[in-house]
Formats: sequence, C-alpha cells, structure tokens
Amino acid sequence: MSLKGKAYIVGAWEHPTRKAPDISLMQLHAECAKGALEDAGLSVKDVDGYFCAAGDTPGLGGMSMAEYMGLRLKHYDSTDSGGSSYNLHVGHALQAIATGRCNVALVTLAGRPRSEGVQTGTAPRMGNVHQADLQFEFPYGPATANMYAMAARRHMHQFGTTSEQLAWVKVAASHHAQHNPHAMLPKVVTVEDVVNSPMVADPLHRLDCCVISDGGGALVITKPEIAKSLKRPLVKVIGVGEANKAQWGGVDLDLTYSAGRESGARAFEMAGVKPSDIKYASIYDSFTITVVMQLEDLGFCKKGEGGKFVSDGNLISGVGKLPFNTDGGGLCSNHPGNRGGMTKVIEAVRQARGEAHPKVQVKDPSIVLAHGTGGSLGTRHVGSTVILERE
Amino acid sequence: MSEKVYQFVGTTPGTEPYWDAAKEGKLMIKSCKDCGKPHHYPRGICPHCFSTNLEWKQAKGTGEVYTYSIMNAGKPPYVIAYVTLDEGVSMMTNIVDMPHDKVKVGQKVKVVFKDMDDGHKLPCFTAA
Repeated sequence: MSLKGKAYIVGAWEHPTRKAPDISLMQLHAECAKGALEDAGLSVKDVDGYFCAAGDTPGLGGMSMAEYMGLRLKHYDSTDSGGSSYNLHVGHALQAIATGRCNVALVTLAGRPRSEGVQTGTAPRMGNVHQADLQFEFPYGPATANMYAMAARRHMHQFGTTSEQLAWVKVAASHHAQHNPHAMLPKVVTVEDVVNSPMVADPLHRLDCCVISDGGGALVITKPEIAKSLKRPLVKVIGVGEANKAQWGGVDLDLTYSAGRESGARAFEMAGVKPSDIKYASIYDSFTITVVMQLEDLGFCKKGEGGKFVSDGNLISGVGKLPFNTDGGGLCSNHPGNRGGMTKVIEAVRQARGEAHPKVQVKDPSIVLAHGTGGSLGTRHVGSTVILERE
Repeated sequence: MSEKVYQFVGTTPGTEPYWDAAKEGKLMIKSCKDCGKPHHYPRGICPHCFSTNLEWKQAKGTGEVYTYSIMNAGKPPYVIAYVTLDEGVSMMTNIVDMPHDKVKVGQKVKVVFKDMDDGHKLPCFTAA
C-alpha cells in the first residue's frame, strides 16, 4: 500500500522566542502545541496521536509531556534521531494515520540550550557509559563542530571544495534572515565576512556554524477527510524517507556523503517526483558543509559539485535556482533545542501555503522538500526527507 | 600552554584487553575469524557479518590520516582525526607531538601512547 498523500500537514507553528529563561521546557512544548493547533483550527481534544523526540522531552519519552498537556492518546511515538526527529515524525505520523492508528497527530519540539549556557558545538558530549563507542571516542575530544569539520576537510580534499564556496551557504541564509523579524542574526553577510570570522574547528569558521537558541515548534498532521474540512491551504505529504549512516566498523569509512543519499531516494521514489521538480527546499544547516553535502546526496547536483552549486547566490530566493531556508535557517534564524528539523518542516509548509515572507516567497511552491540530518556527519546520523505538495 | 587532558571513560565488559594492551604500548584491533574483516571500535559481534567468532590482533601501529580538524576552540587547541591503519580499518584519534598546521590528509603516521587522567594510556598518532 502506498502511503503517498494519505495525510496532510494542517498546523505548523514556530515559537517566536529565541531566548526563554522564564519559560519552562514543558511549557515551551505546550505553547508550540497550542500555536500549531490554533493554526490548524483544531482543538487539543482532537489530538489522539503524539510524536516527540525522547531527548528533548523531560521524563520517560513523551509520557510526562502528554500528561502536562492533558492528551488522551491512541498512538504514541517518541523516536529520537536528534535534529532530524521531526522530519522522521512526519513519516511516522503518516503511517499511523494511513493505518487508522490515529486521526490527528501532534508533533512537538522545544529546547532552551541558550538560557542554560550549553556549549553546543564546542564541548565534547559525555554520553552513557554503556554506549560502546564512548570510551574509544570521547577521550579524543569529539565535539559537534569538529565532527562536521572532519567531513568538510575530507570533502575539500576529495572534491576541491573551498571555504569560500561553503561561505555562500551562510551568505544565502543571511539574505533570507534579513526579512525575518525573529531571526537571531538578521544582518546580511558576505563571503569575506564568513571566511574572516574566527576559526572554531578548522576548516569551519564561526559563521559556518548555526546559532544556539531557545524555542521550539509544532506540527499537526491529519487524514484527508479532516484536512479538507479545515480552512487552511492543503499541504499533502507525498514522500517520506529515512536512513541511517555510520562508520560501518571503520572499514568503509566515507565522510563525504550523508544518509540523505538513501532517505532522499526513498522519498523521491514514493512521491514520484525528481529533484528538478522541487521548487523550494529546507535543508538542515547545522553547518555550511551539512547543506553542501545534503544537496549532493538528495540529487540536486552531482557528488562533489555541491560547492559549485551553492556559489554565486544559487540558494537565494528570487536569485538562484534552488531557494533554500527562506526563514534564515539554523545559520541565521534559530536552532531550537539544538535540533533544526522542526523548523525545516515549518518553513517548507509556509512556502507551500504561500505564507512565507513576501520577499522570499517562491512563485510556484507546488512541490517542496524538507530534509534533516540528526546526529553527526563525522560519526553516525539519521537522515530524513519529507516531500510536500500544495493541493 | 597546558597539555590536553585525556579523560578515561571506563571499560565495558570485553574491552579490557584493548586498554590493558595500550598500557604496554600495543594497539589492538578486533578482527572476525569468519569474514576476516577487522573493525573498530571493538565489539563483541562483527558489524560486517554478525559473527561472534572474534579475536584481538595487534596492529602494526602505522597508517595515514583520512581526515582531521584543528579544534581551535579547544582549551588547549588539539587535532582530532580519523587515521586509516595499514590493516584497513579507520579509527578516531588525536594527532600529537607535531605542529598543528603541518598535519595533512594522506600523511603517514605512527601510534604513540599518551597518559590518561587515571593511569591508562591512549593511542594517538604522530608523523611517521
């Protein structure tokens, strides 16, 4: 049974806060849920499926969160794949809705690393001692920034990608962020600004890295009959795909591609569309290299040509061939809870509805894509691709 | 500038031989007796063929840099890398005892052992 088109995203809401010292984590989740349900024109009483990532919800999975919000559930899923969890949840909600496990699915994300002073990219993260990789990796100081930097270095070595090319990703994001009143970094920057910013983890500069922000977002996904009874534009889920990637025991280590190669192919096959059909793409932008690699893996250009593809403003809405992250993305707007997948889906929904900022709205947003990478390009991660169609 | 502190995380059942050998200046790699392939980090089950028929083999301790990053934000800065051993398996490590700006992809390196915070020794690499 094809799941294509068996669910619609009817609610999408992003919390406007970027720093929330006075809002609790659970309250942030709840405010996002409320915003998305109001956007959809549905009530919390309509929700019978709840999706969250175990890592950003306090308590056991989403159990405490469901209680906090007063949810009475028929279907419950707290799959965590880091920043790509929410892209994944769109696919999981589609499955649950298509098979009758629930009618109205709520997905939430929230986090407050900025208020909590988390050194997201530069401090190695101590995991659980039972995590077998930890004793063989943690002593060497693997931090998020240097893991992505190692992928960037290898990409540069193998394909001749340059720091200037990576910088174009940030430049494009900043052109979009100037129109977003909530963006943390709304100033337009140049390639020179990026390559002259301090080196964090060579070859990645400070402006190659996403922001650290508080905030969150939520989605409401439902079956066609309910979606068509609401007053919002119809945004249909036509393709989803997920895949994991690892070091593969160290024998076939290849840091020049991401799980997007498989997750993208699966989503395109299900949707029956090609990369050239995509009018707008939300591409996870933890770092500039993440975007370049994922664009290649999703098939927007050949492997190794991502640097050339992003150059000269090709990702700027109204200028280039593939408008991306028109909210400013993680590089300029926000990266709530160190997890950027939710806002990728939200901006793709805004574009499909024609509700992005007029300065960045694409003309014919008939088919849009949102792709996430959760975990680390340098070690292990999960990619998830969502393709949406404006009906 | 202060030396980087190498924090020992602890062993899990089955990994003690790796750390015991490191104390004697030996780098050990897990290898599968069924499919013949090595793997790293060491496990109790082969990630290539799912066999549990495994053995430890001493690596020569030489290889080349697959990729690296100079962690400028580190206090002190350090070089993190993947080194591909001559045995064909890649491992996360640090490149030490050489100027950071001299590290290159493809460079030949050899293992050296650094003191950890609790008396264990950590395999790192330097120019061969």
